[in-house]
Amino acid sequence: MPPPSPPLAALRTRDLTKVYHSGEVEVHALRGVSLELFPADLVVLLGPSGSGKSTLLNILGGLDSASGGEAWFQDLQLTGLDDRGLTEYRRNHVGFVFQFYNLIPSLTALENVALVTEIARQPMPPDEALRMVGLGERLHHFPAQLSGGEQQRVAIARAIAKRPGILLCDEPTGALDSRTGILVLEAIERIHAELGTTTVLITHNAVIADMTDRVLVMGDGHIIEERHNARRRRAAELSW
Amino acid sequence: MTPLNRKLYRDLWRLRGQVLAIALVIASGIAVLAMSLTSMEALTETAVAYYERYRFGDVFASVERAPEHLADRVRQLPGVQAVDTRVVKSAVLDMAGFEEPVIGHLVSIPERRPPDLNQLALRSGRVPRLGYPDEAVLSEPFAEAHGLGLGGTFRAVLNGNWRKLTVVGIALSPEFVYTIGPGALMPDDKRFGIVWLGQEAMQAAFDLDGAFNTISLSLLRGTEPDLIIARLDDMLGRYGGIGAYARKDQMSNWFLMNEIRQLESLAAILPTVFLAVAAFLTNMVLARLIAMERSEIGLLKAFGYRDRDIAWHYVKFVVGVAAVGIALGWAGGYWFGLLNTRLYADFYRFPFLLFDPGPRAFLIAAGASLFAALAGTLGAVRAGVRITPAEAMRPPSPPMFRRTRFGRGRLFGTLDQPTRILLRQIGRWPVRSALTSLGTAMAVAVLVSSLQWLDSIDHLVDVYFRQAQGQDITVGFANTRSSEVARELARMPGVRTAEPMRVVPAKMRFGPREEREALQGLPAVQELSHVYDAAGRAVNLPPDGLVISTQLADMLQVRPGDRITVEVLEGRRPTLEVPVVATFETYIGSPAYMDIRALNRLMHEREAVNSVHLRLDQNEQARFYRELKVVPQVSAVTLKQAAVDTFYETLAQTLLIFIGFFVVFACTLAFGVTYNAARIALSERGRELATLRVLGFTRREISYILLGEIGFLTFVALPLGCVLGYGLGALILNAFKTELYRIPMAIQMETLGLAVLIILSATLFSAFLVRRRLDTLDLIAVLKTRE
Repeated sequence: MPPPSPPLAALRTRDLTKVYHSGEVEVHALRGVSLELFPADLVVLLGPSGSGKSTLLNILGGLDSASGGEAWFQDLQLTGLDDRGLTEYRRNHVGFVFQFYNLIPSLTALENVALVTEIARQPMPPDEALRMVGLGERLHHFPAQLSGGEQQRVAIARAIAKRPGILLCDEPTGALDSRTGILVLEAIERIHAELGTTTVLITHNAVIADMTDRVLVMGDGHIIEERHNARRRRAAELSW
Repeated sequence: MTPLNRKLYRDLWRLRGQVLAIALVIASGIAVLAMSLTSMEALTETAVAYYERYRFGDVFASVERAPEHLADRVRQLPGVQAVDTRVVKSAVLDMAGFEEPVIGHLVSIPERRPPDLNQLALRSGRVPRLGYPDEAVLSEPFAEAHGLGLGGTFRAVLNGNWRKLTVVGIALSPEFVYTIGPGALMPDDKRFGIVWLGQEAMQAAFDLDGAFNTISLSLLRGTEPDLIIARLDDMLGRYGGIGAYARKDQMSNWFLMNEIRQLESLAAILPTVFLAVAAFLTNMVLARLIAMERSEIGLLKAFGYRDRDIAWHYVKFVVGVAAVGIALGWAGGYWFGLLNTRLYADFYRFPFLLFDPGPRAFLIAAGASLFAALAGTLGAVRAGVRITPAEAMRPPSPPMFRRTRFGRGRLFGTLDQPTRILLRQIGRWPVRSALTSLGTAMAVAVLVSSLQWLDSIDHLVDVYFRQAQGQDITVGFANTRSSEVARELARMPGVRTAEPMRVVPAKMRFGPREEREALQGLPAVQELSHVYDAAGRAVNLPPDGLVISTQLADMLQVRPGDRITVEVLEGRRPTLEVPVVATFETYIGSPAYMDIRALNRLMHEREAVNSVHLRLDQNEQARFYRELKVVPQVSAVTLKQAAVDTFYETLAQTLLIFIGFFVVFACTLAFGVTYNAARIALSERGRELATLRVLGFTRREISYILLGEIGFLTFVALPLGCVLGYGLGALILNAFKTELYRIPMAIQMETLGLAVLIILSATLFSAFLVRRRLDTLDLIAVLKTRE
């Protein structure tokens, strides 16, 4: 099926469903999600746990396959890709930021970033990525020598150093106190402003939704509400 | 069932792959130990029962000819229980359909009553009747080798007369559990066999009416054989006695006891290696299990479980793993033991086999492995239990890595990140990495030390047979002959070269030490049978004095330049002081050589010989053998090629099976170590690897990080294992060393290569199993969960 005409969405889904089989129980995690994310969008996916937001992120990030419907990244149909195809997609187009940073403890900050730039097509120099998140001075520190907020900023640098088409952040402040969390959000905000990467932020913290243009609220496997913020608040202005 | 016990069962089941891998290593150790111990027990018990039931003598002696009434005087010696006299001779036999001459060891058996000692275990038929001098009993292996049954016939030269003998019985004897012909290294049942003939018939045939030429004694319990031997030597000297000897020096028994001693060495060395590795593996797995169960341990402690309850829980885990290994090892040990004992029973001929191993061997094996497993895990259990509940429930802080000097180096800077992860991982846990390498290295070592037998034996055969022996055949005579006999043989069809040899039985003394050893006289420069140094040099014999093997020099503790006392046990029985001129290294026996002319001079005899080495024209061989069969007084015929062939055939039956066991055991070891190392690395770093997969790394790339580490450690282990194998091989060969054999260490590069390839395959197999698990990593879980 040919991709639709411009403006080309960075990510697009149609009637996406996902059913998990756990024993004899069927869990409908997604019950038909259709959405479009455009280049340079900064979108928050909001919802309580069990609402399906992580499942959606997993499918968009190429970590999981859908049970039905379609998902496209630009002109690449994600639904239907095999494991090898999904790996290629993640490798070339997706930046991930995890709730618990997931840094490699045996590599320094710089090396954690270089880990990704070594296999990327058009990466930025690893130290430049770290400078963008304000860690230019801590390039040679190991994860165990960095605070939680610093570790998460290394993770952000690692995610954006490959110049991904899409940046997916799953509860990036979930493990942090609010002050450190805001520092991390500032980093994401700055990256988004400088690189214009399509960014999806998953959170159950409604305050964070204020820093974006667009908020998708999920519940029970559906997008139950889509809001557009008239005015984006800067991350520094947020508090919770 | 208590919840903790339920958890125990589930843990054992969950970790079943690793549990099985450790259990297999434990089982290997137990199997080797139980195999050696049960075979040892079976051989010992069988031998003891056999010797007792068939009244095997305690002391033996040969004379030229002694009157029967001498036996009564021997019987009077204090401590002597029973005495039996016999006629023992050698004869050339002509077996139908067998071209080469066969040597029969003829032993008399009384026609009227069973012998008092060394009774026959008749397998079929009966003993010869009085008045039927052509009835014979054959030893079972000899009869089997020639397909002879009751009623079968063969021809023999008895004292120069051809006689046709009829087989009336097939038997085994405690004297000939192991039958080896003169000059042979291995039993050759086709070319050498025991033939029992009626006593009176033999006395008549060999002009020994009313006389005997061998005597056997049994002693009362507690009697020192040495005292009797000394008395006997005094009594028999004037009848041409060549020295009495105790049961421990009786050839068949000597070989059998030696085999049992070698099993003992085997039981001591190899299981230790396996059990040490098993201890290390249980430690590795348990330490990791406890580390992963930190929060559970904290929780249990918070609930009020005491330290010792928790410690006991993990001890039970170890006992569980060991129990699986013990059960497998017991089964394997019993089976291998039975197989091994049956193998021995083909080689050492018993009329019955007592394989009824008591619990002792199995309990020792189980106890040793349980001890090793528990000792290996004590540290892990103690560390696991010691942490406070609050600390235990917090996730462990991320492992601390530091940049070492190597890490800052320029070389390191050129490495890609996955390689850095791999190297830092090794550097962060150097002890664990070293032990993993060491474990694999031990597997290589076990393999090298098993496979090296083949090389070493090839080397021994090459030196002993191919280089040192230029003759095709050696013909021995019952009595000393004039050197004319060598010239006569040289004129026979097909003979190219003949070389005389004079062998004289003697006792050699130096200080308090005394050894019985034949003194061998050869030409100063040998054409055929070379005095050959293990280093590959031919040794020329000096005009005077002895050249002796280093083995004999060690036994007598003499050095070149020392003079030793030689008491000749033949002819005029002179006692001489002879200087040791040189020593040389040899792998087999403890020979002493002398220039044949010097020897004859010392013996006050002219040009005497009793063996002749011959080189033959291969095309004339059949004619030569036909004529040799009628040469009078031939008592021994040794064919070099046949000796080499039987040597290899015998080894193929025993050694190859033995090596086969160890290839399997070594693979188990390699598999156990690498599989556990990889599984532990996987469980520790699954999250890290899944993260990399999320970041876009392919399966191949993350496999590199995990298996690359195993590969690196294996790579280090291979050369280390070769070196350790060399040491272990030397240790085993040393333990197998006897006065008769010293098997040289001669590992070939190909053997090291083969060992390395086998271990690599076992490692690859375990890597393959773990690699399959890498394909099923849960990528989604890592996004949410914290370690």
